[in-house]
Amino acid sequence: MEPITEIRSRTAVLPLDDVDTDQIIPARFLRTTVREGLGENLFADWRYNSDGEKVANFVLNQPEAQGAQILVAGRNFGCGSSREHAPWALLDYGFRAVVSTEIADIFRNNSLKNGFLPVVVDSGIHGWLLENPGVELTLDVESRSLSLPDGRVTEFPLESFSRYCLLNGVDQLGFLLNHAGDISRFESRAGI
Amino acid sequence: MSAKSLFEKVWDRHIVVPETDETPAILYIDLHLVHEVTSPQAFSLLRDAGLKVRRPDLTLSTMDHSTPTIPVGSLQELKVVSEPAAFQQIQQMERNCEDFGLELRGMDSDERGIVHVIGPELGATQPGKTIVCGDSHTSTHGALGALAFGIGTTEVAHVLATQCLLQRKPRTFAVNLEGTLAAGVTAKDIILAIIGEIGVDGGTGHAIEYRGSAVASLSIEERMTICNMAIEGGARTGMFAPDDATYEYLAGRPLAPQGADWDAALSRWQTLPGDDDARFDKEVSINVSALRPMVTFGTNPGMVIPVDDVIPSPAGSDPGFAKALDYMALEPGRPLAGTPVDVVFIGSCTNSRMSDLRAAARVMAGRQVADGVRMLVVPGSARVKREAEAEGLPEVFEAAGAQWREPGCSMCLAMNGDFVPAGKLAVSTSNRNFEGRQGKGARTVLASPLTAAASAVNGKISDPRPLIG
Repeated sequence: MEPITEIRSRTAVLPLDDVDTDQIIPARFLRTTVREGLGENLFADWRYNSDGEKVANFVLNQPEAQGAQILVAGRNFGCGSSREHAPWALLDYGFRAVVSTEIADIFRNNSLKNGFLPVVVDSGIHGWLLENPGVELTLDVESRSLSLPDGRVTEFPLESFSRYCLLNGVDQLGFLLNHAGDISRFESRAGI
Repeated sequence: MSAKSLFEKVWDRHIVVPETDETPAILYIDLHLVHEVTSPQAFSLLRDAGLKVRRPDLTLSTMDHSTPTIPVGSLQELKVVSEPAAFQQIQQMERNCEDFGLELRGMDSDERGIVHVIGPELGATQPGKTIVCGDSHTSTHGALGALAFGIGTTEVAHVLATQCLLQRKPRTFAVNLEGTLAAGVTAKDIILAIIGEIGVDGGTGHAIEYRGSAVASLSIEERMTICNMAIEGGARTGMFAPDDATYEYLAGRPLAPQGADWDAALSRWQTLPGDDDARFDKEVSINVSALRPMVTFGTNPGMVIPVDDVIPSPAGSDPGFAKALDYMALEPGRPLAGTPVDVVFIGSCTNSRMSDLRAAARVMAGRQVADGVRMLVVPGSARVKREAEAEGLPEVFEAAGAQWREPGCSMCLAMNGDFVPAGKLAVSTSNRNFEGRQGKGARTVLASPLTAAASAVNGKISDPRPLIG
């Protein structure tokens, strides 16, 4: 994983609550054995109609949302299935972070393990972001802060180990493997 | 020593390295369930890093999501009935298990089935175990007092390589179930009512423990249905303390402890129930005596009402609510019962066990699936299929005009070729009514096996109570 210190980008706004992982990447696209290529079908059933044509009023099809790396979405983003294909699809499309008032647990875990930044803000900031699509935000991992173009800065929760791993590009599997001795001792003590 | 809940006892017994401000806990995993959809990229990661599976003996592998539910006798037939990508995924799973020395309950195994059905029925799921799987419905195993939760594919690789996970301890949430279920009201109605009460994010960041006077009367299969959908309320896991029903369920199962090992395990399990004065971060109580059969009307499981209520109006302007009703082609203020049904699906890790099939058969016996309705009954495992056949249940379903299939996840998430066509309305015993979950454009109403079967017979969304007199 590449280290991530800062994400600076315009936003794309998807103002719906409870966006589930079946919307982010529908199950029929999980018949894959690799991580790559899922971006094409990100939000497939909202992005394309039944003839495969782009749905003009869906946010990702609008000209002003092209190139946005930060998605602003409603409460409880990423609920539902544990499919890691959801953050893979968002990253493959070009998003690097999501901003919401609440992010579902498994999606949040999966995101952090792939360098996709889940950012939770209060409803005041969130409401402003919903009303002002396309503004440029700066997300700073070191200071756990989100900066708005008008100078306002707000902190967001980011668990310290995840922050360390993002900043240093640390692979969490390596951290676990370094504890092989502790794991063996646990197994013999527990008789497993 | 301070009082502990069931969750805290199981958590504490699995800490390899305690958590600190800087680092999460390293938690030991007793059982890792692996299936074909969320594991291929994890095996690739191990292969690239030159790593082995640390504990093949604690890993239980099967195939359920992409597998066809029509009988296939050979590899050639499988290739013919499967889409190329699904076929490739199945073949990759076989290769991964072979390369990494894992026993696979594959297409030819008489122990295969939905991963959350076979874990308990083999006796691999046991009280006090930590159990994970790359599948959010892993919470099902909490019915036996296990701490079981879904993980992503990167974490699947972590467990394959180290048998451990890095985890922060979740907060605790007591859901108190009081009273006794009325006739025609089921475990599925309990969990739908809970989600309606707490909302689809009410459990976020929490581990649910179901407690209260109603618990003793719930069978282990009913508890599985209730734990299964904890994730639909946002919780990583749901669990019931083990009791005599748990021990009776497990005794004699193939992977359950035997003889002296059983006695030792039993005395360990009996120390697991939470202390009376254990504290919870959050608490809610549900009077199950007052529940009616529940059905969803929207596009998440929290949009749910009793089957004889009218569809509610949104509070204020809620674009999500309007979008959901538009998708479902339903209107506020109108009854949901009576809405025409195109498809009925009995199956999934929520409701595909013997008690579920018996409940559906009880409604179907001597009746017919209404004209124009397609009904699919998919047993949860090869073992459930055999038991149902021994009881003559397929004959009941087939005489009614329903299709009896091979085990798998099937139409719950429509990965294997079984799907609900666009615009059609399905009453399903599965767990998610998300847009497109059962096929692009499919409209899903979640319900119990009784309600689903009654809806098949009447050709419209129906209260099952008049049919089970």
